[in-house]
Amino acid sequence: MRIVVPIKQVPETSNVKMDEKTGTMVREGVESIINPLDLYAIEEAILLKQQLGGEVIVISMGPPKAIEAIKEAIAMGCDGGYLISDRKFAGSDTWATSKILSSFIKKKLEFDIVIAGERATDGDTGQVGPGIASFLDIPALTYVASIDVENENTFVVKRLVENGYEFYKVKAPVLFTVVKEIADPRLPTFRGKIKAKKTEVPVISNEFLNLTDDEIGLKGSPTRVVKIFKPKVSREGEKFIVKSDRDIPVAVDKIVDYLKENNFI
Amino acid sequence: MENKIWILAEVFEDKLSNVSFELLARAHNLKNKLQDSEIVSIVLYNDLSEDELAKLFHYGSDKIIFLKHNKLKNFIVDDYTRVLVNLINREKPAILLGAATTFGRTILPYVATKVYAGLTADCTILDIEEETGNLLQTRPAIGGNILATIKTPIARPQMATIRPHSTKPLKPDTKKQGELIIENVKDDFFKSSIEFIKFEKEEGDEKSITDSRIVVAGGKGFAKAENFKYLHQLAKILDAGIGASREAVDRGWISYPHQVGLSGKTITPDLYIAIGISGAIQHLAGMQTSKHIIAINNDPDAQIFKLADLAIVGNLFDILPELINKLSELKGE
Repeated sequence: MRIVVPIKQVPETSNVKMDEKTGTMVREGVESIINPLDLYAIEEAILLKQQLGGEVIVISMGPPKAIEAIKEAIAMGCDGGYLISDRKFAGSDTWATSKILSSFIKKKLEFDIVIAGERATDGDTGQVGPGIASFLDIPALTYVASIDVENENTFVVKRLVENGYEFYKVKAPVLFTVVKEIADPRLPTFRGKIKAKKTEVPVISNEFLNLTDDEIGLKGSPTRVVKIFKPKVSREGEKFIVKSDRDIPVAVDKIVDYLKENNFI
Repeated sequence: MENKIWILAEVFEDKLSNVSFELLARAHNLKNKLQDSEIVSIVLYNDLSEDELAKLFHYGSDKIIFLKHNKLKNFIVDDYTRVLVNLINREKPAILLGAATTFGRTILPYVATKVYAGLTADCTILDIEEETGNLLQTRPAIGGNILATIKTPIARPQMATIRPHSTKPLKPDTKKQGELIIENVKDDFFKSSIEFIKFEKEEGDEKSITDSRIVVAGGKGFAKAENFKYLHQLAKILDAGIGASREAVDRGWISYPHQVGLSGKTITPDLYIAIGISGAIQHLAGMQTSKHIIAINNDPDAQIFKLADLAIVGNLFDILPELINKLSELKGE
């Protein structure tokens, strides 16, 4: 069984700077981490490997620095990884990113399952997971909350939807995107860190993938950022401070009045 | 018509979901700005009554294409995609809108990949660029810290998923009619290795937070699991869904489907009442587009107050029982 986990390195802080001209993120000077939602994908992949044998391979598209994220995933228990990195990939939207990642998988990795996080906490689209499945021509189950192994290549999967859970049976090859509920990500171990240090992570450029300019980067992306702006978040609300017990009924009345005025009761 | 504006309707248990009508309101707004355009509702399902379908006309649709097959009863992404891509290639819509739900956010990227379309996720504002007639899609990114406006200059269709509840349906016009096309889909579209087994409603009789007009949410301030009973009582009186911060879910006070924020759900209710929630940026990302926000917290500097229309600084254990009493009295009257 080979499980491929595509991950993304994202900025740690929530205060991200944007380049207003290109509409892309300024990554310099910001600490980077594995996208928190990808940790659940990594954990579930390791758990499945423990049941079924085989290996877990992480792949990431990003700048050279993203190799840290791959090393960290290996320290958690993944078996190997590849960094897909080329200046030509800069400015790729979700279509082009899905194209690049799926092309690499097709060309280099025989696989049974792909497990991805639900979405990345920076771009927040959740489109690359289903996009990879589509390019690979394999079925996808998204928002997966549990995966039960029925046999070697058949799985019973629980999917978290708006009103409850859906259950499906599916055969490999398949792509899953998983939600937080699926597993508790482990921390890298000391032994894992040593292994990660020793593991060579090949860097794959477009020379290997051989994609044309109209499939990758800004030129290959169907979407364009027109502008970026700051939303107005603060509201000019009323503030009431409860200073003593006598203020409690006043506070309650304020809430009740607000509910009445806006037709909530 | 030159410009076909499509909306991808959603059906749940043989009824059209409200998001379908929200999408029609969005389409209606675009139609007014885009010459020579019409609104077409696309429905994929096994069977739907004509009365139910007619609602799409009432809420603004000019035309309906109903793609019908037993196997479309349950959502299987690769099968649905084959059916929809076939229709897109034949009809060549200019715009395709879906809801940013677990359905829309799964099928549309899968479809966009196949047809080389530009797709923008979870949009909250849509407009038409005057000079070009291109669709302008605005969406929050990076946890709501920025808004980005995106367009697709050449590729077609221009696709977007729209955040549920971010707009209201039009007032239905029950006299409005339109062209209804029913197409029986051929068997050979259905090849997926995915088999649907069953659906289970969320445990308990609690309302889903994504569909609730009012959401009451609790956080760390509740101190322990038992205290969440106040939140349940308040939700019951207000007929509200129950949300929670990540801290509350991680402590096991309530299950994950209730989590609001970056690693949980993003919701846009008419009213969000945040109780004992300090308002970490990750939480705000999931609820800041709520129409009205009331916050109760004992820390006067809590971040959540910056977003609140009504901010109550005080002990939630003083305020909540009183509030519940008062609301039950009012309800009893």
